[in-house]
Amino acid sequence: MATIRIQAEDFDAAAAAAALTAGRNDVGAVVTFTGRCRSEDNTLAALELEHYPGMAEEEIARVAAEAERRWPLQGTIIIHRYGRIRPGENIVLVVTASSHREAAFEAASFLMDYLKTQAPFWKKEIRADGSEGGWVDAKEADDQAMEKWAK
Amino acid sequence: MDAAAVKLSYFAWVRERIGLASEQITPPAEVRTVGELIAWLSGRGEEYAYAFERPQFIRAAIDRVHVKHETPIAGAREIAFFPPMTGG
Repeated sequence: MATIRIQAEDFDAAAAAAALTAGRNDVGAVVTFTGRCRSEDNTLAALELEHYPGMAEEEIARVAAEAERRWPLQGTIIIHRYGRIRPGENIVLVVTASSHREAAFEAASFLMDYLKTQAPFWKKEIRADGSEGGWVDAKEADDQAMEKWAK
Repeated sequence: MDAAAVKLSYFAWVRERIGLASEQITPPAEVRTVGELIAWLSGRGEEYAYAFERPQFIRAAIDRVHVKHETPIAGAREIAFFPPMTGG
């Protein structure tokens, strides 16, 4: 069972990874991915992340269950933040643990590709001059990244 | 069977354009699919027409599960409309 948290607060990636492996000697590989807010050449003051409460947790749980079906994972943690997030702050955390590195790497990549296109979150830009920059458009490249996992 | 009331939820620019986060509606019986519901909602006023002007960019979920526009809405308790997602 994956650990899934949808929260406004920041997270500690190292602490999360440590918690996943505490007291275990069978985990051979831990991949920790952190997605962060970029400044976009200092034009961006913040991102406002809206989400669909309830569905966000459920959809991420479905994606995590699919990852656990495809790869022999010994642990999975997914944390996704919402609300106002400034450049340099964390947005999303994916931690995967497995006996071998290939499963941990691939599962983490799969989870991020799915989160980008299937998890009900939307980013709105707040510009450095205080104006609303509008909603971030979905990227074709993200859809293509997800489609490579189709089977 | 009488038409049933359903909760509609809107997110991101769909929410902003309609000016509501959610509402309770009872669509007419001839509205059977998500796509037909989008078309029917588009006729409810300028704000709805604006929100749904490009249906190909509208994603939908029934009871918190992603669905296609062809999916029947019978039995749905909550139907959500939103733009393509940009999380992660």
